[in-house]
This record gives sequence, C-alpha cells and structure tokens, in this order.
Amino acid sequence: MIAEFIAPTVSWGPLAPVVVVLLAAVVGVLLEAFVPARFRRVAQVTLSLAAVVGALVALALAWSTVKSTGGYDVLSGSFVLDGPALVAQAIILVIALLSVLVMADRTASDEDAFAPMVSAAPGSDYEKIATTRGMAQTEVYPLVLFATGGMMIFGSTGDLLTLFVALEVLSLPLYLLSGMARRRRLQSQEASLKYFLLGAFASAFFIFGIALVYGATGTLRYSEIATAVATPTGTEGLLLLGAVLILVGLFFKVGAVPFHMWTPDVYQGAPTPITGFMAAGTKVAAFAAMLRVLYVMLAGLGWDLTVVLWTVAIATMLVGTVAGLVQTDIKRLLAYSSIAHAGFVLTGVAALDKQGPSSVLFYLLAYGLATVGAFAIISIVRERSASGGVSGEATALSQWAGLGRTHPVVAVTFLLFLLSFAGIPLTAGFVGKFAVFSAAVHGGAWPLALIGVLASAAAAFFYVKVIVLMFFPASEPTQASTDAEPAAAAGTGTATLLQTAPARVVTTTVVRPNGLATVSIAVCAVLTVVLGIFPGGVLDAISQVAAYLP
Amino acid sequence: MSVTNYVVLAALLFSIGASAVLLRRNAIIVFMGVELMLNATNLALVTFARIHGNLVGQVLAFFVMVVAAAEVVVGLAIIVSIYRTRRSASVDDANLLKDVREPA
Repeated sequence: MIAEFIAPTVSWGPLAPVVVVLLAAVVGVLLEAFVPARFRRVAQVTLSLAAVVGALVALALAWSTVKSTGGYDVLSGSFVLDGPALVAQAIILVIALLSVLVMADRTASDEDAFAPMVSAAPGSDYEKIATTRGMAQTEVYPLVLFATGGMMIFGSTGDLLTLFVALEVLSLPLYLLSGMARRRRLQSQEASLKYFLLGAFASAFFIFGIALVYGATGTLRYSEIATAVATPTGTEGLLLLGAVLILVGLFFKVGAVPFHMWTPDVYQGAPTPITGFMAAGTKVAAFAAMLRVLYVMLAGLGWDLTVVLWTVAIATMLVGTVAGLVQTDIKRLLAYSSIAHAGFVLTGVAALDKQGPSSVLFYLLAYGLATVGAFAIISIVRERSASGGVSGEATALSQWAGLGRTHPVVAVTFLLFLLSFAGIPLTAGFVGKFAVFSAAVHGGAWPLALIGVLASAAAAFFYVKVIVLMFFPASEPTQASTDAEPAAAAGTGTATLLQTAPARVVTTTVVRPNGLATVSIAVCAVLTVVLGIFPGGVLDAISQVAAYLP
Repeated sequence: MSVTNYVVLAALLFSIGASAVLLRRNAIIVFMGVELMLNATNLALVTFARIHGNLVGQVLAFFVMVVAAAEVVVGLAIIVSIYRTRRSASVDDANLLKDVREPA
C-alpha cells in the first residue's frame, strides 16, 4: 500500500538567505573546476562577498514581516525564521562578510594566510614548487560559505534532525579550514586533527542525546517535545539525560568548561583569519541554538537544568579568566578570553529570563566584531628577519612590546578591541556585559551576575597587561629578541629542521594590508565604538523581535 | 525478548566507543571509536522508533549514516595529511600546541 506522494509546500522566501549562501558555496565548488587558475581567486572572493551581501538583503526584506507576525514556520516547522533566528543570522552574515574580507587580503607580501597547496606535506618539494608558482588554495571561500550556511541554520531549527545536520554542516568545513595555514603548518595540521577528533566525539554525544530525547518523547519537533515535557510519563530520567547530552554538544561548540580543551589549541594553530571567523561565528550559532533548545524545547525542564547551567557558567568564567592570566601567546590569550566570554554569555542564557535572548544576541554581536577585528590585526603583525624578509605572525606576547610606539594606529585599534573585550564603558563590550548581567539579575540568577562582574574585573587584568606591554614596554623597544623557541615558532617539530634553524634576529613589523582587511578592521572598530555609545537603536531592534515562535 | 534490551545494548556499544576514543592512541582507532558511538546511536534510534511505532527515528538513523560518511571523508583527509607529514598517526605525537609558561 503505497500512499500517493504529496509534494511538500516550501515557502522559499524565509529560506532565501540560507539558500543563497549554500547555493553560492556549491557554485564556488564548480568555479574551482571550470575557472582558469589566474581568475579563480577573484571569482571566488567576488562570489562569496556577493552571496553574503545578498543573504543580508534577503534577511532585511523578511524583517518587517517577522516583526509584525512573529516569524515564519517553514517546512512544517523544521526551519523557523522568527525574531531571534533572524537576528542571529544577520550577525553571522556580518561576521562572515568581515571575515571574508580579511581572508581575501593578501597584504603587501602578496601572500594570504593559507597554504598554497594544503595536500602537499610541509617541507616537501611539492610544497616548494607550489609556493614558487604562486598557487593558491581557493577552496577556502566555498568552505567558509558552507560553514556560514550551517551556522545560519543551526540557530533557526525547529527540530532536532535539522539541528544535527546543521551542526555537521558548520563543523566539517571548519575542521578543514583550521588545517590550512600557510606557515607553522605542523601546528595547523595538529589543530585540525584535535578539532576534528574532539568535535566528532562531542557530536556523537550530541546525537546520542537526541536519540534519548526521542526515546522519551517519541518526536524530534521542538514544539511537540515541549508538550511532552510538560506531561509526566515516567520517562523523565531518559529525557533529562538526553537533554544534558544535547547541551554537552552545544557547550563543546561554544567552548564552555569542561568542554573547552580544544579551544586554545585550535585558535592558536588555525590560520588567523579563520580563527576570527570561527571564534565569532560558531559562538553566535551555538548560543542561538542553545537559547532555542532551552527556551522553546526544554522550557519545562528549566528548573532541573539550572544546576548544570550554573555550574558550567561559573566554571567557564573562572577557568577562562585564570588560565588567560598566564598565557604568553596572543592567539592563546584571546582563546582563553573567548572561553571567559562564553561564561559571561552563559549567565544570560542561564537566567532563563525573557530578556535573555536579546541580551545574549547583542553581546555576541559586540564580541563578534571585536574578535574579527582583533584577529585581523594579529594576522598583519608579523616577524621580520634580519635580512628584511617578512615571515609569519608575531604571536608571542613579548614580540608585541613597544608596538604602540612603532605602529601607533594598529596598536590603538587593537587597544580598542581589547577594551571592548574587557567591557570598558563607551565600547560595545560594556553594553553587552551590562545587558547579560542585568538579564541574569532579572531572572533571579544574581549570584551568577556577581561572579560574572568579579571575573570580568579579573579578566580585564590580562587585557591591560597586553595594553601596558604595547604602550609602556619595560625595556626599550629594541626587540632584537633572539629566537628562543625556533621549534615552536616555526612549527618545525622534526629534529633535522630544528638543527638547521640558526639563531636569528627577529623583529616585529606590521605588513600593509591591500585594503580589504583595512576595511574590515575599520568597520569592526567603528561599530564597536558606535554600539558602545549609541546602543539604543540596535538593542531596541533586537528586543522588538526577541520572542520565539512556539 | 523485551525491546529495552536493545537500548541497553546501544548504551553498551556507545560506552565501548567512548572508551576507545579516550584510551587508544592511534588516530584511526580513535576515529573508529567515534564511528562505533554513532552506530550505537543508530541502534538506539531504530529501537525507539519501534517502541513509539513511528518512523522518525529510522529517518534520523539514515541521516546519521550520511553524516558519518561525510565525517569519514573529512577525518581521513586530515589524518592522512598528518601521517604524511609526521610518519605517525599517534595522537600523542601531536603535541606542539599546549600551554607553555614564560621561558625563564
């Protein structure tokens, strides 16, 4: 008895932003095959930027309807475009746009951050040939678009199946992208391996949690699970365990303690523009998904999950802050700072208050802008050898000493992002912190807000440490530091390479971006200040549409 | 035989997979542990689908298989590229990235 096939009705309008991005990604893969190598990079960059801008336009067109009707329910509830989903997608697209600009920038050295031929083993003849021929791995751009598409879906799902698929669509490209660095390729490959193995491990827990929730309720749809949660059936144990396992998967993605171990390693090893993209984008997507899971699907379990949320939030704030204090690598330092930020955002999530979603989304916007900008600056602060050749990024904190004197503009811009991270007034970071902590207080989680305020005061210390180092170095900025750790710096773990590395004199310099990264950094800086001084408009707009579609 | 036995079996397989991830050193074996966890999940999903009498769980099981296949493609690419660089697939050898204190 085969039932007659009934084609589903799809309303493409609300799906358009996601479809544009994913379609552009597929077209990008085709460009790889059909466009001659010389034009490939220009074609890919143009396509990526056009797709992201197009998706933003499509979102803007959907805005008024979402505001008046509360949102769209697409594919009988698998995909939801309501207020929080729309805002999260917009933030992700802005982050993607700014990140693609940084990735596309080849700087004055005419090299981007990616290996010319990722499949060639580091140090091999093949790699040398690829470098001298000026080859480029332009697959980066389609991969970024796929990840962006996955992130956009992740926060807009109405059932657990779509949530799982979106998780993988956003994760798999990022695993690959973190292994594509041009320099320190061993570190980059290692970051990729660690991210992949731990990410796959976490997503296995995530899908097992989904299976248990399905076992307890018999459905994957958020709204139906919410109904089932409200009516006791004797399977609460299964449901609670499943809910916790799903949260484990989400905690991993945002880098919350105790699932944060991958964060510093991957942030340090990945190509810097990618680090900025995934630090900002993944966090927005995962927190958007977490909010929806907690506020829509598991609203009835809020009381039971409070213990988990509070413990994780407190541990994340403390570990991020304390471990950040002792870091000596700027990318690692920002990684621990991002862990601490995940903790601050979690206070707004754990509040389980109706102010929660809007405050969290604003915080993520502020954090995302500062993150993309800060990592873009890290990608142009380079090492210069005695012979004048500019090589890899100067990521050791000691190499940043005196940057305020040698390159004041870059240093002041970086200072601005650090102040936003620290939550100093007149920056967007302050408004974001204020919003999440007041949501926590409003939701009765004032101990979390208190710990959050104390932790952010402590975290401010390590941002100030960097600022002091840049503008008031202890020694004169004759940073002729002999390369004390050639193995780690050059990423050459093999013994032969280690012996041949001579003790060379390395100074720190700033390469000139060819314009794209300058635009990106400038936009991040301006928005950070503007959102810090006049947050009203954006805050109002976000809170006007902060209600979830049931 | 009660269907709940299958759920218990799925949980056992999942635990074995998780142990393999945590205890084994070869990246390929670690990855196989993850695959075992995913397949244990499939067993649980199909069992629950039987208990509830709907097909949702079976549909999800198909998606898990597809995702597992995609994960294999990406994962093996990463592991092979690491192996070609280091001549080793041991996760213990990948130890360049770690917290280091300020050299004295």
